[in-house]
Amino acid sequence: MLAMDYRGPRRVRIEHKPMPVIQHPRDAVVRVTRSCICGSDLHLYHGMVPDTRVGMTFGHEFCGVVEEVGPDVQNLKRGDRVLVPFNIACGQCHFCKQGLFGNCHESNAQATAVGGIFGYSHTAGGYDGGQAEYVRVPYADFGPTLIPDWMDPDDAVLLTDVVPTGYQAAEMGGIQKGDTVVVFGAGPVGLMAARCAWLFGAGRVIVIDHVEYRLEFARTYCPAEVYDFREIGDPVVFLKKITEIGADVCIDAVGADASGNAWHTLFGKKLKFEAGNATPLAWAINSVKKGGVVSIVGVYGPTGNMIPIGNVVNKGVTIRANQASVKRLLPRLIDHVQAGRIDPKGLITHRVPLEDVAEAYHLFSSKLDGCIKPVLIPNAE
Amino acid sequence: MTQSDKANAAASEAPSVAYPSIDPATVVGWGVDADPKNDPTWPIRDRSGDDGARADWTPPSAQVAGVEILQSVEYGRRPAVVGESTPPAGLSGMVRRAAFRFSEGQWGHWLLLMGADRLNTVEGLLQDFRRGRMPNPLFEMGFVKHERRHEAALATAAVVGVAVAGLVLLNRRRHHLSL
Repeated sequence: MLAMDYRGPRRVRIEHKPMPVIQHPRDAVVRVTRSCICGSDLHLYHGMVPDTRVGMTFGHEFCGVVEEVGPDVQNLKRGDRVLVPFNIACGQCHFCKQGLFGNCHESNAQATAVGGIFGYSHTAGGYDGGQAEYVRVPYADFGPTLIPDWMDPDDAVLLTDVVPTGYQAAEMGGIQKGDTVVVFGAGPVGLMAARCAWLFGAGRVIVIDHVEYRLEFARTYCPAEVYDFREIGDPVVFLKKITEIGADVCIDAVGADASGNAWHTLFGKKLKFEAGNATPLAWAINSVKKGGVVSIVGVYGPTGNMIPIGNVVNKGVTIRANQASVKRLLPRLIDHVQAGRIDPKGLITHRVPLEDVAEAYHLFSSKLDGCIKPVLIPNAE
Repeated sequence: MTQSDKANAAASEAPSVAYPSIDPATVVGWGVDADPKNDPTWPIRDRSGDDGARADWTPPSAQVAGVEILQSVEYGRRPAVVGESTPPAGLSGMVRRAAFRFSEGQWGHWLLLMGADRLNTVEGLLQDFRRGRMPNPLFEMGFVKHERRHEAALATAAVVGVAVAGLVLLNRRRHHLSL
């Protein structure tokens, strides 16, 4: 089968690889019909996530058709259309029983902090991902969800990560009616977080980024007030001025690959002395009001970052963070899609044959051609 | 037994800690201010079915791994399913095995893994050469489309060839002048 193949920072290619097989009674093999490149895949692509091995296949956002199931999988059959949450979760450990499906204790031998994630380095379990024609899906009797007949596969594939992550970012903010919400980052997750902030009753939604076409997209898609941080001076001072006392809720939807501070870019991104560049998180902490909430869904490496933790204490800031618990959120999100309250496929700007995966990564990473969200399509005609 | 198996075995044989046993009911004022609404984890963490059990769930049946799996020393036992992509190998594999002697809380663990990743990139190039495959950075970095990858490989080979020939000529010239 054809699959994406990581060769080193900023180098990927398409390769013929062996077909995945059932390795556990609860496994399934899924034929991939849609697979996205996620903003967090770019952290891998840029060589920022430890234990990213040459030869691995990335891809944690995918949907497809069940090809084969293990003997313990009773709820799926060959031919079922499924969307597969990016979390690999057993459904029965202490953490899964509490709905923390991103923190499953039975799916990641290499690290205890996070559960297994498809195609996301050995720090997330060492599973090959869905940027391929076929993929092995562990715990298939728990994770995969049948795609409703009425649902477009382009919507379904975005329900595996982007939509739940953006939604949970807003949910963790504890947004109350009328609240002012600032979202740092106008990538797909930031855009979805800003869109979902309205669902929780936000009174004002502000998006900060520096990529003009993405800010323009946010202005209409979310919809939101948008500001280019290169044009507003000190973003913290600016936000305090336009919100008077600071935002009620700030959301970091960028993570390790941020821009905006030369020091952190050098030490965090280039020299890897920090777990990436946490500039938006510092801005979030400093621009949220006293007693406010900072919600983090941007992905960082496992080491450390320089952030103003003293201000968190002095301001009484509540910080909330986690990988999205996709399975927990899916029923609500499917309702939202059906009711037309959110439009996941509206984020897709590029549909690319799987064979052109290298070009798609370059396009997305370098923010070329107005790229918001690229989707890879295996066996594209 | 591999080095990683030895490290995992050593971790599981660590002496157990004797916890002091204090019955909360004997503490004056225990629980008088407990408030179920004071739950900053809601609704991300659903405590409604919390039976107080911690690590005694019935684990799923264990996958029999067909490759070497490195395991965090913070686990008491291996999680039931594992990913078998790209097992550790070569020099980078040795460094990765060394990294897994440290816990996730130690920088040495992660720095060694980052170092192994960089070594692994070089190993990947050498692997390509061993298989008679010319690296094709223009294609792999996404500057050319899939259908034009062969032209990109030829262009790369031509550039490398010219560069190597130039260096050889330069070296000969220097050698000639020094005589």
